[in-house]
Amino acid sequence: MLTASITLFLIVAGALVTSNDAGLSVPDWPTTFGSIYKMPHMVGGVRYEHGHRMVAEFVGLLTIVLAVWTWRRERRRWMRILGVAALGTVITQGILGGLTVIFFLPAPISSAHAAVAQTFFCIAVCIAMFTGKSFVEEAPPVEFDQRKPSLFTLTLLSIFVLYVQLILGAMFRHKGMSWWPHVVNAVVVAFILSWTALRAVTRFGHIAEVRKPALGVIGLMIGQLFLGFMAFLTRVAWGKEAAQPELPMVASTVAHVAVGSLLLATTVVLAIQVWRHVPAAVEERVRTGERSLAT
Amino acid sequence: MQRSKWVLLFLAILGLVLLAACNKKESTEEATTPATGSKPAMAATPIDPATAASISGTVKFDGAAPKAIKIDMSQDPACKGANEAEAVVVNGGNLQNVFVYVKDGLGDRAFDTPATAATIDQSGCRYHPHVLGLQVNQNLEIKNSDPTTHNIHPTPANNREWNESQPPQAAAISKNFAREEIMLPVKCNQHPWMKMYVNVVKNPFYAVTDKDGKYELKGLPPGTYTIAFVHEKMGEQTQSVTVAAKDAKTADISFKQ
Repeated sequence: MLTASITLFLIVAGALVTSNDAGLSVPDWPTTFGSIYKMPHMVGGVRYEHGHRMVAEFVGLLTIVLAVWTWRRERRRWMRILGVAALGTVITQGILGGLTVIFFLPAPISSAHAAVAQTFFCIAVCIAMFTGKSFVEEAPPVEFDQRKPSLFTLTLLSIFVLYVQLILGAMFRHKGMSWWPHVVNAVVVAFILSWTALRAVTRFGHIAEVRKPALGVIGLMIGQLFLGFMAFLTRVAWGKEAAQPELPMVASTVAHVAVGSLLLATTVVLAIQVWRHVPAAVEERVRTGERSLAT
Repeated sequence: MQRSKWVLLFLAILGLVLLAACNKKESTEEATTPATGSKPAMAATPIDPATAASISGTVKFDGAAPKAIKIDMSQDPACKGANEAEAVVVNGGNLQNVFVYVKDGLGDRAFDTPATAATIDQSGCRYHPHVLGLQVNQNLEIKNSDPTTHNIHPTPANNREWNESQPPQAAAISKNFAREEIMLPVKCNQHPWMKMYVNVVKNPFYAVTDKDGKYELKGLPPGTYTIAFVHEKMGEQTQSVTVAAKDAKTADISFKQ
């Protein structure tokens, strides 16, 4: 839980770097102004970029502890693998962060850095959930989902469209693409997420583990649409002539990134809870002859 | 995954990092060493000073001067410069910071690279000048007169990109640009309001309009030239001007938003 919370803080710190156009205020990596340990003068863009690096180092350290602890203490093999995957993701993320500095913020690398950040956040949230008391100790109430597409399929579709939206948003933010694909896909995302969350609440609202993340998805989605609209107004419509990033632009875009991360993670949690509590009913067709044999 | 695949993955990542490091070194070398290229430099075609002509004029701004955009320098206490952006500077209807140069008409003439360096100074957390012209491969000296660290980051379309920090009182950074490029943006990522434009041209006939919107191109051989007027926000306009020996022609132009 600690790693997940600090990762969200790290995502906010990273969003502050991009929003303040401070990504290259420290021109070198992995050193900062030629030094591994010396603290630079934290003014201007340096406070955002070096601050982001410091929080990232702390998250890296926490992830090492988490991976080692999971490896040594966990009995579930897949959890041990997940711990190692978290460590691998955080290392990949660090390398992507370095590459984007070295190559002067190319849109594909910067966007990959943004996408892997949220992937890592989702992994950290999942680890927190999988090690939680209710997940480990309580037997889940199970109800089969008869409808097609199944709720689980819808949750997977939601994760997919959110990922596409994340990449489109990151590409726009890093000047690799126009704004309109992100805005057009927002309509698709809103439709799929509403469909998924409403199905979860209306059909399986009596299962708290499904209802809570589904309501979270609806709330976060509404907030995210509002923040996206504000970010569009402040940055695209009103901010074209701005001499520098202004507070409304920075606040709206950073909040949009943070709520976007929470929305993705909540959707992943919903997918896992649906998989656990509301598995899709599988129709097994048995040939007539075989049936008579079986009976 | 088998152990050999993990080793391959690790080597691939290591290779990427090394590639990045090598690329950085290469870009620094290109930026700091004059780009002589494989072709020998063509000898400069002499211009007879007795026949040299000039073109001068004023760049006007059509309509009411736009309201100055404020800059907030509060994020660095060492920054105590004027707090207005220089994107569109209009004084009494005259437009400052327009880059004027001979875009066409010089044929195959070659010109010596100037021995003197062009200079950019960072003072009051602003670039001086805001718009600069220099020739291909001419040295560019970048100074930092501020009591704070800056980073100088050109984002060219046609030259190599680089990004270097410069602490207070540090030695001047010496660079050059190997290819022609107009309105090449330069910025400081530490102070996001700091922006300027470098114009790299092949000939010495260029100027930047002063606060009265005036410019002068001197020492031109007789001929017909396309004169380009380029503004960072309002784009480019051109005029065709013919000068005879010793002519002093006037070419005025106006921009509007």
